[in-house]
Amino acid sequence: MAGDFTKERGGRIEGEEVQAWQIGKAHRKIDAVDRMRGLLRYTDDLKLPGMLHCKIVRSPYAHAKILSIDSASVLAMPGVHGVVTGKDFPTPYGVIPWTPDENALAVDKALHVGDGVAAIAAIDEDTANAAARALKIEWEVLPAHFDPAESLASADQINPYSRTGNLSKKVMLEFGEVENQLASSSCVIEGDYFFEGSTHGAIEPHCAVANVEPNGVLTVWSATQVSHYLHRELAKVLDLPGNRIRVIQPPLGGAFGGKSEPFDLEFCVAKLALQTGRPVKCLYTREEVFYSHRGRHPMQMHYRTGFDKDGKILAVDAKTLIDGGAYSSFGLVTTYYSGQLLCAPYAFGSYRFDSKRVVTNKPACGPKRGHGSVQPRFAIECQLDKGAAALGIDPIELRRRNFIGHDTKTINEFQIGSNGFMECLERVEASSQWKERYGKMSYGRGLGVAGSTYISGTNYCIYPNDMPQAAVQVSLDRSGRARVFSGANDIGQGSSTMLAVIVSEELGLELADIRVVSADSDLCPVDLGAYSSRITLMVGNACVQAASRLRKQVVAHVASKWQIPAKRVNLVRGQAVDIENPETCMSLAEAFALAEAEDGMLSAVGNYNTPRDRHGEYRGGTIGASPAYSFTAHVAEVDVDVDTGVVQVIKVWVAHDCGRALSPKIVEGQMEGSVYMGFGEALMEQHVVDYNKGGVHTGPSLLDYRMPTFLDTPDIESLIVEEADDQGPYGAKEAGEGPLHPIIPAISNAIFDAVGVRMDKTPFSPPRVLAAIEARRAQEASGELAPHKAALREERR
Amino acid sequence: MLRLPVFGSKSPTSIEELVMAIAEPGARIVAGGTDLLPNLKHKLHAPTTLVSLDRVAELQRITWDREAGLLRIGAGVTLTQLAEDAEVSKNFSSLSKAAGLVASPLIRNMATIGGNVNLDTRCRYVNQSEFWRSAIGGCLKSEGDVCHVVPKGRSCVAAMSSDCVPVLISLGAHLVQVGPEGRREVAMADYYHSDGIAHTHCQPGEFTAEICVPIAKTPARAAYGKWTVRKSIDFPLISVAMHFALDRDAADATITEARICLGVLAARPKLLKVDALVGLRLNDPTTAELVGELCFKQGKPLDNVPYEAEYRRKMLRVFASRALRDLLA
Repeated sequence: MAGDFTKERGGRIEGEEVQAWQIGKAHRKIDAVDRMRGLLRYTDDLKLPGMLHCKIVRSPYAHAKILSIDSASVLAMPGVHGVVTGKDFPTPYGVIPWTPDENALAVDKALHVGDGVAAIAAIDEDTANAAARALKIEWEVLPAHFDPAESLASADQINPYSRTGNLSKKVMLEFGEVENQLASSSCVIEGDYFFEGSTHGAIEPHCAVANVEPNGVLTVWSATQVSHYLHRELAKVLDLPGNRIRVIQPPLGGAFGGKSEPFDLEFCVAKLALQTGRPVKCLYTREEVFYSHRGRHPMQMHYRTGFDKDGKILAVDAKTLIDGGAYSSFGLVTTYYSGQLLCAPYAFGSYRFDSKRVVTNKPACGPKRGHGSVQPRFAIECQLDKGAAALGIDPIELRRRNFIGHDTKTINEFQIGSNGFMECLERVEASSQWKERYGKMSYGRGLGVAGSTYISGTNYCIYPNDMPQAAVQVSLDRSGRARVFSGANDIGQGSSTMLAVIVSEELGLELADIRVVSADSDLCPVDLGAYSSRITLMVGNACVQAASRLRKQVVAHVASKWQIPAKRVNLVRGQAVDIENPETCMSLAEAFALAEAEDGMLSAVGNYNTPRDRHGEYRGGTIGASPAYSFTAHVAEVDVDVDTGVVQVIKVWVAHDCGRALSPKIVEGQMEGSVYMGFGEALMEQHVVDYNKGGVHTGPSLLDYRMPTFLDTPDIESLIVEEADDQGPYGAKEAGEGPLHPIIPAISNAIFDAVGVRMDKTPFSPPRVLAAIEARRAQEASGELAPHKAALREERR
Repeated sequence: MLRLPVFGSKSPTSIEELVMAIAEPGARIVAGGTDLLPNLKHKLHAPTTLVSLDRVAELQRITWDREAGLLRIGAGVTLTQLAEDAEVSKNFSSLSKAAGLVASPLIRNMATIGGNVNLDTRCRYVNQSEFWRSAIGGCLKSEGDVCHVVPKGRSCVAAMSSDCVPVLISLGAHLVQVGPEGRREVAMADYYHSDGIAHTHCQPGEFTAEICVPIAKTPARAAYGKWTVRKSIDFPLISVAMHFALDRDAADATITEARICLGVLAARPKLLKVDALVGLRLNDPTTAELVGELCFKQGKPLDNVPYEAEYRRKMLRVFASRALRDLLA
């Protein structure tokens, strides 16, 4: 548990409460000042001598066969140095090794508007653009399928590598006897939900630069969040040994899951650099970012939930149709996640999910913050709200009654450790004055609640192997400084700062004296990357191990010099101190020099591997299993304009159990960012193509794809709940993705409290909300429904 | 990143030089560039030279011409300057509000009122990249010969999306246009026409030098209402401007003259027929209802901008009634 981390540590007195030196303090991210001052060099800031610029030619058709590409005449244009097409990349790849179903560029046919077909390297962007425009491609346009149900029924296979037609993945799992339990339920709520697709909207567009070094090593700098998977796929597609490739991730301007797999530009710049012998850069336009997508899957969900008369959940039956777009991406995992991550924080008496992911002629969907589980969470939390209303139970109370507990197993056999969900509920209930205000505010005003859980990393790597999930190397030297080498990708979430905080805590160094070298495959140990909220827990554990090894080593030498027992030496505030005699002290630089003189270079590694007893013993039972789970509860307060359907979210209270908060300011940042992102999905974001216009994106720009501005964003009150978990470093769990989930159903449920209508389809746009209000009014007028909040109606403008 | 096309640039320092510079073939005027430069990146125009207003000092002023009874706003005045001008705000609150609702603070710092009254029409099928338009074969306003908004439509219905134009029309403003033939004045109500491809009566070689707003001689109240999805950045999806001359300055005054102008319908802002309002009291509840009804009846939004036309039409009623009620405070 939380306090126990101290006993592991050399030099600390067992059982004695040790004041944390860094853990739980407010930290400025280690790159914050450079970032705010505009000094960080992002991938696009890299300029190499003789560098060429690459443009990717994209398909204007949603589904079309490539008959010919006239590369030769473009190659003859002045300033054009290289042209590559799908034929240069015959090996298919895919981030999930079981589903390699895309080529760096389309080989025989393009599968969506914006699919890459050819890439051109030229002396500058204008020349590359002119060549891209001049490139002649002969097409044979094929019928396109945009609607997933229609695509599933069609005999035309969209993705040539698919082995099951347009069915990308199907998962059906049942735990307990769902039909029997539904039959014996006092109340069965049945509902249809639709979650619209949305995209990440990272401010930095994807960018990659490649260069072949004089020694023949291919270096690729890329705005990626998974350097290691990129490294593997580059080796595969380019047919180069991994040791001839170096992948570097420069500082990133956001990712949110949108940079979690290789993209066409990385292969193209690499191939063109190999072909031309010159460095090559490619920067996506904003429009290309929308085509590369890999965002939230649209899901059609049909749910049946059975409750007993006290509100206990006896059965959940979920049927989900997932619109995958043209490629698999992480789709195998998404399909599992759409069902597997639903079984906490509530205990289900029985559970069945039947999820199908379908290929369509649209940009491929993939992982976006809260991968695969934000959509079903919307459905289940609305179902619970409807159940509470039907049974006359307060929605927070109903959730309490179904609390699954800690140190328990979910119905799908995942091992849960710590669980602070009850405290999350209490905190949002108290802070929002729920008891005084829920159901009691005037017509148009409402409160809604929702809960959720999320993983702190996936228990198993994407490709099966027996190596550690995370590894870190830490070295110290006589200057009183630590270097941390980690393959983990800091994508702005602050993971490098988290490693610095841990090393600082263990060694007593100031944060500024720790240099984190990350995500450079030539310098750093392998790490799997920034996805599934894994870094704090996994890399953090490895880091604790490495740093505490060094701590013990340094303490031993200091103790020996002072001729006192090691447990009397503390490393804190830049010094080694005899805790029984504090005037005996030396700077850490001296302490490190002492140790270095005795032992030589001070360096230690740390490794982390996941416990192997957290998952279910059935096919697919490992997918969704995690060392530790975070828990979240939200209350949202809304004001619904009943004449316009405009929903204003006034305030959101978010309580999140992240285990021990290593750096609470950064945790709050993640909580606020999550609320903001989910709020946009709830009210305005729609990543859709126009079925009537050949499948073009309806607005691939930040003007037309509406993400909330500062003025739109509600007040957010972040309430950190710290239920330390045995599995995490100092008890830490995740904070980056979990806090997003409940906001969407919480807003929907608040709209119900406000105006008595159920918004089961995202986004809750003004036309939809107004239509629902008008429909309800008609029902009230006909006497079918009683007026909502009749007693609380006041003259509204 | 989308690239700008190659063009030359000139920065004249006087009106005379400016007239000569834009008389050159392929020349185009640029002020803040917030409308023009994105359109250039989208390859909607290909000027050979951009002529900047920036150094023509006489276009950067706000002057109160009491003699002529006019507020004269130089075309180069930025929307931020206009929105933050205390005198303008006191006398023309609807104009001040509209200018302050355009896009975002950063854009208003660059964008000018001259640019805003000459803002190109916008359409969901036009204001996209060249690649995007190629996927739908272009349209009347770009590379094609069809209209995607009105099937079989022969004229372009791209939307007049300026926040300030409906307000200025409701205030009875006129423009001072300067060109090779000299200066001419044109009422803003007559400046626009219904062809979305070239929706103003700006003559070749001519530019807008000044926007003149008559200073009301009688008590008057004016309002502007706009709906967008977001509270910043967005172009209006509906807009309604209204101006009432009153027999005295009070909420229960009688309307002696009314002008209501709608934007974002098609290429031309629509000045409504509102004779029925004359003689009504401003604060009579039926007045607000009638204002809403007139806007709903006469305003017919099209699917040329995002969000369903039918919904936007309903919102004209709501936003117009609300704008009027705001005048009663």
